[in-house]
Amino acid sequence: MQYDLVVIGGGPGGYVAAIRAAQLGMKAAVVEKEDRLGGTCLRVGCIPSKALLESSHKYEEAGHEFAQHGIHVGGVSFDLAAMMKRKEEVVATLSKGIEALLAKNKVARIRGTGRLAGPGRGEVTAADGTRSVVEAPRIILAVGSVSVVLPGIEVDGRLVGTSTEALAFDSVPGHLVVIGGGYIGLELGSVWRRLGAKVTVLEYADRILAGLDGDIAAEALPLFRKQGLDIRLGSKVKSARAVGNTCVVECEGQEPITCDRVLAATGRRPATADLGLETAGIQTDARGFIPVDGQFRTSAAGVYAIGDCVPGPMLAHKAEEDGVACVEAMQSGWAHVDYDLVPAVVFTHPEIAAVGRTEEQLAAAGVAYKKGVFPFRANGRARTINDTTGKVKVLADAATDRVLGVHIIGPSAGDLIGEAAAAMNFGATAEDIARVCHAHPTLPEALKEAALAVHGAAIHA
Amino acid sequence: MPVELRVPEVGESITEVMIGTWKKREGDAVATDDAIVEIESDKATVELPAPSHGTITKVLKGSGEKAVVGEVIGYMEPAGAAVQPAAAPSQPVVDVKRKDGRTDIGSVQPAPAAAAARVMPAAARVLGEAGVSPAAVAGTGPGGRVTKADAVAAVARPAAAAQPAKPPAPRPMPAAVPAAAGGAREERYVLISPIRRKIAERLVEAQQQAALLTTFNEVDMSAVMALRAKFKDSFQERYGVKLGFMSFFVRAAVEALRAVPQVNAEFRDPHIVFRDYCDIGIAVGGGKGLVVPVLRNAEQMSFAQVEQAIGDFARRAADNKLKLEELQGGTFTISNGGVYGSMMSTPIINPPQSGILGLHAIQDRPMAINGQVVIRPMMYLALTYDHRLVDGREAVTFLKRIKDSIEDPSRLLLEV
Repeated sequence: MQYDLVVIGGGPGGYVAAIRAAQLGMKAAVVEKEDRLGGTCLRVGCIPSKALLESSHKYEEAGHEFAQHGIHVGGVSFDLAAMMKRKEEVVATLSKGIEALLAKNKVARIRGTGRLAGPGRGEVTAADGTRSVVEAPRIILAVGSVSVVLPGIEVDGRLVGTSTEALAFDSVPGHLVVIGGGYIGLELGSVWRRLGAKVTVLEYADRILAGLDGDIAAEALPLFRKQGLDIRLGSKVKSARAVGNTCVVECEGQEPITCDRVLAATGRRPATADLGLETAGIQTDARGFIPVDGQFRTSAAGVYAIGDCVPGPMLAHKAEEDGVACVEAMQSGWAHVDYDLVPAVVFTHPEIAAVGRTEEQLAAAGVAYKKGVFPFRANGRARTINDTTGKVKVLADAATDRVLGVHIIGPSAGDLIGEAAAAMNFGATAEDIARVCHAHPTLPEALKEAALAVHGAAIHA
Repeated sequence: MPVELRVPEVGESITEVMIGTWKKREGDAVATDDAIVEIESDKATVELPAPSHGTITKVLKGSGEKAVVGEVIGYMEPAGAAVQPAAAPSQPVVDVKRKDGRTDIGSVQPAPAAAAARVMPAAARVLGEAGVSPAAVAGTGPGGRVTKADAVAAVARPAAAAQPAKPPAPRPMPAAVPAAAGGAREERYVLISPIRRKIAERLVEAQQQAALLTTFNEVDMSAVMALRAKFKDSFQERYGVKLGFMSFFVRAAVEALRAVPQVNAEFRDPHIVFRDYCDIGIAVGGGKGLVVPVLRNAEQMSFAQVEQAIGDFARRAADNKLKLEELQGGTFTISNGGVYGSMMSTPIINPPQSGILGLHAIQDRPMAINGQVVIRPMMYLALTYDHRLVDGREAVTFLKRIKDSIEDPSRLLLEV
């Protein structure tokens, strides 16, 4: 079979690239080794974690917050199997949706593990071991990433695991130790804490949520601790392994921790090993990423790469943008994805979301900026939903007033960041946002007030 | 308060530049309009002038590093900042500049941060695909933003519709070469400069898209040389510039372009665009490589005006002072490889043009004239043309016409 484009990897970058290619008239195929399309994000990442976060949040609300609304529900209990089943159904429905989208766009689905076999050639190994060759003048590598496991941590897939295992525990662990205080560790740590686990988070750095605005992370830390997460900063994990039916985690300068389960959440690395890159003369960088130019072209003619396996934020929505831009550039010669404006969201409670530069980045770059902050406790809607923790922070260029970064911790931060991202893509100033009429009473009013606060003109603070 | 030194908008389809030589270092004092740093783009090299008197306080991007338009590459402290609050660019000034829709490359001003994002995302896509510079588009959106409608209109305007930048083919990795015994075998890796990259893209594009053929002729330079010898002193006295060969060839080309308008036309599917003007590019060696400034409305220029303009171009090319707009457009090109000693060559078209005239070295050669062997100063002429719109007969006629005009310059006077 001859295709115009073969995409290796059916995750958010890959399937979106294939659909866009089909829209542009290319005959496209997607090679995916898993039964389910959607990649890490849909199968074992963003989607199942959000399903569990929502279920566990509802449980926590029922137990602790309904009473504040005057609702008494008596003894609240949960059925973990039912929660997992709902999560499964969400994943299955969305994955089938992608299958339907590929079919609708006449994108071929090739089952098997794809690897490069020289420029213009891909080799697919099916589940039964049979090999076949696909040829196409253009091949996109969209192979994504895998969890990083630090040396000394013996992942056995049973008691010591990564996020994949922590999304499918069959019982609530009595004590879960999370290695890594990034968004994956804090989200899944929150899930199991809400469901009753004692959760210890071991973070090597002296702060959580590396990369996010330091002020926001500092505000989040005591909130998470108050919720019951035992977050230990400056913890250098030396080893973690299963011993019988328990686990032992050794940290430098601390007593060894005995626990029931260990979640290694120390980041992700590109899944570029054994991809056949050498057959096309492609070399990864020191960290395993595939170098590409502004149009996602690798060093080999006709071979492109997008998403987590190229440098840039390792996020599903960024991979989707890569995919669209990569395919469009094949036809138009023009591609642009602004990695400075990729929003990031942490789906803890409160949620944390950001787009643009942090205060640390602005200070390091020597950019003079003004800051406008507005707390949710002064927002009417936040009061009505009894969720007043957190704030919106707008950073604007001191000279031009252009918005350089927006950082939110608080209710629905992940939804609120969309307006900020749109405004920044349009080159808006803080005053532009402030002059947009926002509906009352809504949470986005907090963004407007923070924008007003840049000039000291917040009305409600 | 420190003033940001930002990469200026350097025009047409340029978002990324390379930092050239810093002419001032940290701690150096500068006067207003002093050149601080060279900014190399794929079109030309421009200098960033100091926005005010003061001192360079910080260099953020070293020579050879890449930067995007609008990026801060350094800082300076204006002299007496307290009494000169106007040193920092302010919003209203920018608005005025944007509304007239032009950017003066000769005296580029540091663009404030807001300028870089004044192109809405959809507009950036429209302009990017068409290879049109956002700087050339007047924004009608709030605060002068370039909207999608602005971009669509700008791309539809023929003058603004530059050649779409076709993606160059990805580069294969070089195969490893087995090392020979003895002798240094070092390879030097020199980053491809934006100018070189652009040249490469355009040359490949020309080869791939047009049907290029070259036709040759030769011309006896005796008459032009005699004319030059006779009038060179009085010409120089009157116009302050030497009477060279180029003015004869420009005039001869104008006559030939009039006679064979296809060579002055453009193949712009589904049309062939004919012009009643001749904008003739003259290839001159510059400080950073060959550049091709354009003589606008060459058909209206006298011999003296042509010579003056070319002399001015050559001087400013050597100093990298040519303005971008002087290098853009052009309906026909004349390239003189003769100055480097070339006997014969096939020049390559500068797309979307359809013809280029190659001049070569003048050499005394024995010619048979009226049955006698005589020595004449001869030059080979080459015309590379796009066969998609120029037929062979027309190309030959064009070149013959040039030959006739040069061999008997009185034809130029009478326009016959």
